[in-house]
Amino acid sequence: MTDRLKVERKRILDTNTLILLGVLLAVVLIINFLANDYVKTIANLCGIYVTLGLSMQLINGFTGLFSLGHAGFMAIGAYTVALLTITPENKAMNFFLEPIVPFLENVQWSLLPALLMGGIIAAIFGFLIGAPVLRLTDDYLAIATLGFAEIIRVIFTNTQSLTNGALGLKAIPKYSSILWSWIVAFITILFMIFLMEGSYGKAFKSIKEDEIAARSMGINLFKHKVMSFTFSSFLAGIAGGLMAIHLGTIDPNMFRITLTFNIILIMVLGGIGNINGTVISAVVVTAAMEILRFLDSSINLGFIKIPGIPGMRMVIFSIILMLVVIIRKDRLLKEN
Amino acid sequence: MLKIDNVTMKFGGVIAANKFNANIKKGQIVGLIGPNGAGKTTIFNVVTGVYKPTEGRVIFNAGDKEHIISGKRPDEIAKLGICRTFQNIRLFKDMSVLDNVFVANHLRIKSNVFSSILRTPGYRKEEKEMLEKSLYLLDRVGLLKERNEKANSLPYGKQRRLEIARALATDPKLLLLDEPAAGMNPQESSELMEFILNIKDEFDLTVFLIEHHMDVVMGICEEIFVLDHGELIAQGDPEAIQNNQRVIEAYLGVE
Amino acid sequence: MTMSFTEFMQHLANGISLGSLYALIAIGYTMVYGILRLINFAHGDIFMLGAYLTYYAIVFTSIPWYIAFILAAVITGIIGFLLERIAYRPLRDAQRITVLISAIGASFFLQNFATVVFGGRPKAFPIPQLLNKIVNLGGVSINIVTFIIPAITIGLLIGLNYIINKTKTGMAMRALSKDYDTARLMGIDVNRIISITFFIGSFLAAVGGIMWGIKYPQLMPLMGSMPGVKCFIAAVIGGIGNIGGAVLGGFILGLGEILLVALLPGLTGYRDAFAFILLIIILLAKPTGLLGEKVTEKV
Repeated sequence: MTDRLKVERKRILDTNTLILLGVLLAVVLIINFLANDYVKTIANLCGIYVTLGLSMQLINGFTGLFSLGHAGFMAIGAYTVALLTITPENKAMNFFLEPIVPFLENVQWSLLPALLMGGIIAAIFGFLIGAPVLRLTDDYLAIATLGFAEIIRVIFTNTQSLTNGALGLKAIPKYSSILWSWIVAFITILFMIFLMEGSYGKAFKSIKEDEIAARSMGINLFKHKVMSFTFSSFLAGIAGGLMAIHLGTIDPNMFRITLTFNIILIMVLGGIGNINGTVISAVVVTAAMEILRFLDSSINLGFIKIPGIPGMRMVIFSIILMLVVIIRKDRLLKEN
Repeated sequence: MLKIDNVTMKFGGVIAANKFNANIKKGQIVGLIGPNGAGKTTIFNVVTGVYKPTEGRVIFNAGDKEHIISGKRPDEIAKLGICRTFQNIRLFKDMSVLDNVFVANHLRIKSNVFSSILRTPGYRKEEKEMLEKSLYLLDRVGLLKERNEKANSLPYGKQRRLEIARALATDPKLLLLDEPAAGMNPQESSELMEFILNIKDEFDLTVFLIEHHMDVVMGICEEIFVLDHGELIAQGDPEAIQNNQRVIEAYLGVE
Repeated sequence: MTMSFTEFMQHLANGISLGSLYALIAIGYTMVYGILRLINFAHGDIFMLGAYLTYYAIVFTSIPWYIAFILAAVITGIIGFLLERIAYRPLRDAQRITVLISAIGASFFLQNFATVVFGGRPKAFPIPQLLNKIVNLGGVSINIVTFIIPAITIGLLIGLNYIINKTKTGMAMRALSKDYDTARLMGIDVNRIISITFFIGSFLAAVGGIMWGIKYPQLMPLMGSMPGVKCFIAAVIGGIGNIGGAVLGGFILGLGEILLVALLPGLTGYRDAFAFILLIIILLAKPTGLLGEKVTEKV
């Protein structure tokens, strides 16, 4: 074989990615050891949204499947982690309307296996839902997955002895360290980069580009779509679990469509199919959303008190979303 | 090698192909011609599994055993060794030229997705082979220099060549070319003819092609099928087709 | 468990009236989708605005309620028209997911704008006396609204049918929805037709919102969200793009929900899941909905 046909050695992690990862690692460590609780809370959420944003990219941005089911998978992960980690005494306290199902009564796992289990159960649901639903195309898939998330929410509201219904779950042990969220986030970033650089990731991309051509080149659409959907559900489940230990309290109404839309916003701002961009946008959007909270609560400037306007934060948020979409419409969907 | 047995394809009330029969032998180059809308691409779509025929069946035998492929999914058919190009080019537009060919190797991959993420030695070896084959094919169609460009930045003629390289990457035994010479000047189409003959020998292919350029069809096809309004109106070697009264009428539009 | 005939009739009447509300809202989704292939996520919030505008027109002005109804519906129609101009028209040639995200943004905006302007606390819808009567029909006592809603819906459907089948505008709408590109080349003023479509859809949603307010007299900024999603589902079940399908889907969903709760009271909590389960079942059996046409992609 001649020299020019030699396979060039390619680095999987390019310079930009390495710089980004390095900067993030430094900032996270600094915040973890030096910053106050307010900053830590925001940093913690940012880490969770990095995982969520990438999980959304996987199914929507890379595989081209318009899925709106994230809130549902997060709910599954959050409830799994909560039920596995809450102490038996606190479970008894939570479930005062109806006792908890016996098999969960005395369970108490540590965080890592509970998180993994959250991801695995979400993935199992992803697999079971994905198998029938992924036969649908674009808008139909969107509405069916959105429907799935709503069904999960309704079920969780009604299964009193399993999820404590609308009352939600309290006293989830708070693992306050932001390191958990960011360890998961870093692993997710690497997972996504290695997946998308490999043969399977490229097969996902080819499905997004042209389903008919991908099929004709021998790519089993169904198998790859279910695979991508299952991975994405797994990540969403883990992120949901992290959300549960971050907040300490969960209830079914947290997992509404709005939550999924937040993640879509992160994906779009980050650039569809762009991993580094998603990481940055997850951090920026999450931090901005938290900082904009002052719009909803009253501000005390010492001499004058401006009353907060509930909902103002989301008004600003939605205006920004629409402006970005309209202004960047052409560059929005290009990889860079 | 390929037996199209009494295939009828209807869309609603429209009959796109009516009781079409063809038998293609190993190593042949066979042409499918006919006026626009005659149902040629429909036949390709039936053979590659994009459409399921309303009636009839398609049997493929690459030398091992007979497979009834009508009703199978396109990816299953591709795995058995039938691959195609598209009349209205369907490349993976936003992927690089190299990745377009690389991903067409994916159907034969043995490593699972986890070894691809962990980049196990087994996967790395397989990936290296896939890349080497892709680069070789790109060189073969003269696109090695452009390997890192995006597929849709290529000019039209090169996109057609990339489609052929991509199809070859799936290791086909039967290659279906849908108007490979479209938009080419006589110089380019004679190069194309030579290229088709070369790859046929090199990769031990059987070729089935749709073409409007008569010089190409008459120049390389051993056997030609002529379709008009979904009906097979003639079949035979180039000389017989050129002198066939019904074919001449169909092309000139004589009623 | 048994149910008397009169009870059953009561539920049936309720189901029909809920179904006609769903149908009215579903039409707006299906008309917009038919032409632009866009899920107008903000449509449910337009429905909410219709109800709130009526509230303000009745409570803060002295105009008679029936004028207030019409005024509110027209203003809502204009808001729908503006929504398209601001959030969708700049994206006419963009990829579909972009427009969909803009629709999500518009929906967020309307919901939160309503929270800011109208307040987050529920408001009681001022029901005109004339419409708030209980009538007794053969032992069944039913609120008169239960009959008025289907009657108004039928009236509006006849009107809509006339517009779509007998006017030039309607013909242009059908042409656009059949083949957008060809219709555009034939010289149809696309922007005008789309504006009219949004006006009509939003007008109908507002009428739905007003009647919803009479039936369930509690207004909240998020009240449009769940009915909005359900009505989109109704449109999909019936076959999106098809107006008859939207009406059919609306009735199936409304009747189904009410009868599910009536026949199996144990499942009351799952009422909101019913629409989604039905949707997934129907889509899997018939991917383009009950009256939708099968599409084959050209290769």
